[in-house]
Amino acid sequence: MKAIKSQAELESLRKKLSKKLNPKVKIVRVCIGTGCAAKGSKRLYELLCEAAKEAGENIKVEAKCVGCHGFCERGPIIVIQPGNIIYQRVEEPDVGEIFRETVLGGRVVERLLYEDPKSGKKAKTEEEIPFYRAQQRIVLAENGRIDPTSIEDYLIAGGYGALSKVLNGMSPDEIIKEVELAGLRGRGGGGFPTARKWRSCREAEGSDKYVICNGDEGDPGAFMDRSIMEGNPHSVLEGMIIGAYAIGASQGYIYVRNEYPLAVEHLRKAISQARELGLLGENILDSGFSFDIRINRGGGAFVCGESTALMASLEGRAGEPRAKYVHTVEKGLNEKPTNLNNVETWTNIPAIINRGGKWFASIGTEGSKGTKVFSLVGKVVNTGLVEVPMGMTLRQIVEEIGGGVKEGKKFKAVQTGGPSGGCIPAKHLDARVDFDELTKLGSMMGSGGMIVMDEDTCMVNVAHYFLNFLKEESCGKCTPCREGIAQMLYILDRITRGEGESGDIEKLETLAGLLDETALCALGTTAANPILSTIRYFRDEYKEHIAENRCPAKVCRNLFLYEINAEVCTGCGICKKNCPEIAITGERREPHVIDQEKCTKCGTCFEKCPFTAIMKV
Amino acid sequence: MKDERIMKIIGRYEADAGMLIPMMQDLQAENGYLPPEQLRVLSKKLKVPLSRIYHVATFYSSFRLAPKGQHEVTLCMGTVCYLKGAGKISEAICEEYSIEPGGTTSDRLFTLQAVNCVGACALAPVMIVDGKYFDGVSTESALKIISGLSLEPATGTAEVEAGG
Repeated sequence: MKAIKSQAELESLRKKLSKKLNPKVKIVRVCIGTGCAAKGSKRLYELLCEAAKEAGENIKVEAKCVGCHGFCERGPIIVIQPGNIIYQRVEEPDVGEIFRETVLGGRVVERLLYEDPKSGKKAKTEEEIPFYRAQQRIVLAENGRIDPTSIEDYLIAGGYGALSKVLNGMSPDEIIKEVELAGLRGRGGGGFPTARKWRSCREAEGSDKYVICNGDEGDPGAFMDRSIMEGNPHSVLEGMIIGAYAIGASQGYIYVRNEYPLAVEHLRKAISQARELGLLGENILDSGFSFDIRINRGGGAFVCGESTALMASLEGRAGEPRAKYVHTVEKGLNEKPTNLNNVETWTNIPAIINRGGKWFASIGTEGSKGTKVFSLVGKVVNTGLVEVPMGMTLRQIVEEIGGGVKEGKKFKAVQTGGPSGGCIPAKHLDARVDFDELTKLGSMMGSGGMIVMDEDTCMVNVAHYFLNFLKEESCGKCTPCREGIAQMLYILDRITRGEGESGDIEKLETLAGLLDETALCALGTTAANPILSTIRYFRDEYKEHIAENRCPAKVCRNLFLYEINAEVCTGCGICKKNCPEIAITGERREPHVIDQEKCTKCGTCFEKCPFTAIMKV
Repeated sequence: MKDERIMKIIGRYEADAGMLIPMMQDLQAENGYLPPEQLRVLSKKLKVPLSRIYHVATFYSSFRLAPKGQHEVTLCMGTVCYLKGAGKISEAICEEYSIEPGGTTSDRLFTLQAVNCVGACALAPVMIVDGKYFDGVSTESALKIISGLSLEPATGTAEVEAGG
């Protein structure tokens, strides 16, 4: 494609591309996000392409690969137009039928539709599925609709319109004011007002300035940014170009996790397409503004989510954070003024410019505006990506969108904010999703991981998991974090082994307070949240571990036993056959018995028993 | 001849020491690990102390200083995978093959890598074998998938039967 040099040329190209769209062409959209691709959606795409080719002249079919729809658990997902019919859990043998019945015949294949487990009603379109119905999509609006590897698709959807708008008539100050009016706060975790950061960076002294997109999504249990980068990479670029113009930066960086190969691939493609069209590079749309973006892959260090550590990594050093008495907006990357925002923050920018800050501010709560994308995962019926307006209650997300806890179990807690966040119990399920409210509850918004836990989850074990994670990921630069986390983990280790002592809980609280006050970076100061929040809401569970040597959820191995219920056991012998320690004895058709001396509590018998005769006591 | 490769990588980034990490990533992508003699060349050419290069190499979990096995088995240890039993799966693999997480079997059949989160939580527990994702794995299915791996005399990855 030829480079475009003005707003008029961009609009005429957009018109030309839109005209080429033939409404009679039937479109089959195949999700190739990591979730669906893992279940073989790329092969489905190939098969559908072949089928489309063979369809002949009089019927036009286009197979299209699109980014994540969010409903990953139900993947691979295919959407067919006309009708927006959504098929889930599609497998290779289904392709022929889908093509023959739906694409050619216009009939619906009932068995591939989503069925509401509660009402048993089948849903034909996204709008009919409760998982999507309660969502409000701004950031994910085009995810699942456009081909992420095609700039044409993005343009047809109105892409780069916001960029053209700012370059033709908005001053940098006006842009910042618009973002301020929107009330946008950083989506990476901290929730710092975006406009304030931009203004400080704009006003900082120095000519070379940088903007950075933090795509080092390190929180385990979160994949919002991955899906955005994979599913709509141009929206990230557009946000960054607008930001760079407002700040006066000439170079941008996207720092992406090494574990996200598809995101890197799609971003690379998007950058080269944008360069070719003249939307990146010298004198963008003849505005006199020049800007380019480079991608750096992360090295697999959680601490690089911390801005100063990420910048150290970009400079080719180990990702150790530094104290922030000198702000990065003044002295960041290479000692130059640097503005860093998270993927989701950048993606909100084009929408704010297009529809106005006032519109954006009309969504959400007093202190938290717009929407937030969460990865709703764990022991919940519907898992996947959900984008909801700020202010929605946790209960609505978990029960309405998520469909409640899996297998009819009891809800125990929802964990937000990753290793820096905390666990929120059932009694606070009516809390609203809002930066300040979640902080008040001892957790935090974080980047958007939302992990549902059921009655089978041991909260001490969860705290132990996060502390272990943080111990591995602590960079070791400051003593409170390096030694404090290790000490807390040591105590937790003892408690989960059944060697807890009275006073342990208080010791944990003291250490946690110390970390909060003295650690160098946010990774250290928030490291205690998983412990403090679980102690705050589940103190009794800690006490049971320590005083009674009992793990009520039956997770901590030393604190429960496997036993065979003689009344239920049929003596089939399956447990005996599978026990790796030969700890089970019993005659055929007679109740079996576990030798507690030999049992290592591997849980094999528990999983294998077809009669659920094995109990945890 | 070996130096040629590293020189090419250095050239790719215009010998910019700030691009040390991408260079090391490329070096690892081509060799499977970071060969010490190549790191020495890198140090000399970029005028970056070798100690700093090793600091970087040992700081980031994706770098490795020893050759890996022929197959790469990655087990996700993210919160959701963990809650759904990834810890037990890891233990079982380690016991079966007498390795530690991050280690390589003595016959170099495979390297077991535990990563924090692959961002595919809806599929938990997730195991990735040579780039192929297996969702909802159990101890049993994970061991079965690995037992299907074989050592190949030439380079190249073995096809793995779908499972999980």
